[in-house]
Amino acid sequence: MAATLPSLTSSGSLLSGSQILLECLKREGVEVIFGYPGGVTLPFYDALYDAPLKHVLVRHEQNAAFAAQGYTRATGKIGVCCATSGPGAMNLVTGLVDAMMDSIPVVALTGQVSSKLIGTDAFQEADTFGITRSATKHNFMVKHVSELPKIIHEAFYLAITGRPGPVLVDIPKDVFQGSAHYSPVDEIHLPGYRVYTEGHTGQIRRAAQMIWESERPMVYAGGGVIHSGAHHELRELVELADLPAVNTLMGLGALPGNHRNFISMPGMHGSYAANLGMYNTDLLIAIGVRFDDRVTGRLAAFAPHAKVIHIDIDPSEISKNRNADLPIVGDAKKVLTKLTKVMRELEPEMRGLKSAQRAEWWDTIRGWMDEHPLKPVFSMDEIKPQHLMAEIDRISGGEAIVCTDVGQHQMWAAQLIRYNHPRLWINSGGLGSMGFGLPSALGAQYACPDKLVFAIVGDGGFQMSIPEFATIANQQLPVKIIVMNNGYLGMVRQWQELFYNNRLSQVTLDTFPDAHMLAGAYGFPGKTIDKPEELRPALEECVKYSGPYMLNVRVTPFENVYPMVPAGGAINEMVLEQPKPVEVA
Amino acid sequence: MLQTLSLLVENKPGALMRVVGVLSARNYNVESLTVARTLDETLSRMTIVVDVDHKVRAQVVKQLNKLVNVLQAQDLTEERAVAREMILLRIRAEMANRTAILKEAEIFQARVVDSSIEGFAIECTGDPEKLDEFVDLMRSYGEIEVTRSGLVAVSLDPKKLRLASPIPVGAAAEEEEEERILAN
Repeated sequence: MAATLPSLTSSGSLLSGSQILLECLKREGVEVIFGYPGGVTLPFYDALYDAPLKHVLVRHEQNAAFAAQGYTRATGKIGVCCATSGPGAMNLVTGLVDAMMDSIPVVALTGQVSSKLIGTDAFQEADTFGITRSATKHNFMVKHVSELPKIIHEAFYLAITGRPGPVLVDIPKDVFQGSAHYSPVDEIHLPGYRVYTEGHTGQIRRAAQMIWESERPMVYAGGGVIHSGAHHELRELVELADLPAVNTLMGLGALPGNHRNFISMPGMHGSYAANLGMYNTDLLIAIGVRFDDRVTGRLAAFAPHAKVIHIDIDPSEISKNRNADLPIVGDAKKVLTKLTKVMRELEPEMRGLKSAQRAEWWDTIRGWMDEHPLKPVFSMDEIKPQHLMAEIDRISGGEAIVCTDVGQHQMWAAQLIRYNHPRLWINSGGLGSMGFGLPSALGAQYACPDKLVFAIVGDGGFQMSIPEFATIANQQLPVKIIVMNNGYLGMVRQWQELFYNNRLSQVTLDTFPDAHMLAGAYGFPGKTIDKPEELRPALEECVKYSGPYMLNVRVTPFENVYPMVPAGGAINEMVLEQPKPVEVA
Repeated sequence: MLQTLSLLVENKPGALMRVVGVLSARNYNVESLTVARTLDETLSRMTIVVDVDHKVRAQVVKQLNKLVNVLQAQDLTEERAVAREMILLRIRAEMANRTAILKEAEIFQARVVDSSIEGFAIECTGDPEKLDEFVDLMRSYGEIEVTRSGLVAVSLDPKKLRLASPIPVGAAAEEEEEERILAN
């Protein structure tokens, strides 16, 4: 794969490695680095001292990677994080694997001990290159300062092209300190890197025919649509043939949450209608999805009556889990543009072909949606977690950025808050990292200073990310931190209740800091509420406040997420509500 | 089942680690692996034999092709290809057996590369089954020690003889390449 970079003014001057790195970052349009300095990155941080590039000092390197992801997920631009060698680099790893699982383009810069010390078990030495091999789409170690420009531009190019992903560049201290005549690299040459974006014309034509001919079609759109920026094209396709559509956890917002063709999210905690739709469809139009086990349930029982059209930029996703009857390898935006064009060409003769069956299919789906809608639960005495999400939805109106951790609150936020645009819903989907919500909200708010950004976190994950209170306060980022506090590691407890005879092992979180005092210690307001009537005014106060605000919401402790497809179950066999306790005489 | 793969890989630090890493991360068992430079010094050729379920064979190739340092990964299992392995075998031979051992070696077109009072060192090349037979036969004569090279293979498909890097250019080439990927 070869590409041309925008040309640059300066050339041929003698610069230090650190300065060359800064030049390269400038050329890539980097405006901010989320990072933490250390011994071997001293030369770089010295150069940064009078560079125009902004740096956000996080309080833990893992959060640098999460914040960079928040920045990327909110904007589509490559987020950059930076850490020193050894422990710094090791702390980045969770954030990198997280980005890998969700295909998020992030570039990580790590310091390494001087070349001559590598392999001597030097102070703060770790085999970052080896350890991050499987945590990244690709990684580099810079051997000489002269290689630096080439490698940095290759890293940015690899991160964002094809199926996006994190790329790490490990830079020894002597490379930062060394000097070279800097001449900008104008071409990227990666002979082993091939990206197929166009989509096969014949396959696209066949897909168009299959869509018109199907009786019970279902669009299954995921994160790939958002990465590709194909949300307009998706909407056009869905409207053209009046297709029902589900968005995966990673794809929420690909089709607006209030769109009439949007069914909801499928999968383990997906809606009744979405899962039955997936089960009963005769044509599954899969776009930028990977048939994850949390979506499909037991594979053999997933969409058993359906032919599958699978559009994906990564050939290795085709027929990985579910065999694709019609694969199209390409970029979702390009493929969908062509697909709708061909569908319009075929429209005069094919529209109306199956109109009776299509109408019946829609009636069936609407029936399912009415039968068991995803709707909040309310109580007069306690704040139900679903009530909390419904109130946030009311304030957001489908327009706010919502970042979450992983667990029950994440599922309720996915089910009950609408996302009318892509890049509003930011969560750790594939890896499911606790402690993701707050730092990613930090990155998202930094990228979008004028947007309303919620960090909705559980009381478990929240306590993994408290250090970033300092960063949020220091940067004056008006993140609205909403703790859905049920006093438990709720999702683990839910599984213990359901599958481990209610033996609640190590899931009680009975010590929680006082929100007012905790936030107050960092200089911003915090408040705890536990009565349903307090919820609306407290949220309004929180949103109205000009800076960061922590709202600790004590919710019903024993509330579980439904519908639920038990692990390994078929998606049409959902548990729709909490099993009633057995009366003991 | 055993799957034979041929890879053209950039001769860069970490390239071998990436290939092996993908195989182990995806739970594919490596039976043998050989690697050496090609005529083009910037490239290496690897022959890898993996033990995988029939269903994931295509997936193995796709995962390897996804690596940035891999220019081309192909499955030679059912292709027209020649596969060979070499063994170096030491055998402790008593005087009475020595002539017989040499005769057997001759039948297998093996070559004696060292001879001493204790016995012989013998080099033998062939397909793995033939080498298995040779090893079994030698064992019947006395104590042996064997080092196997692992399989090396070359495709005999005339279209696959490529001296330059196989980089498709333009939309047409992209479609052709996609067809090839999907056919896997």
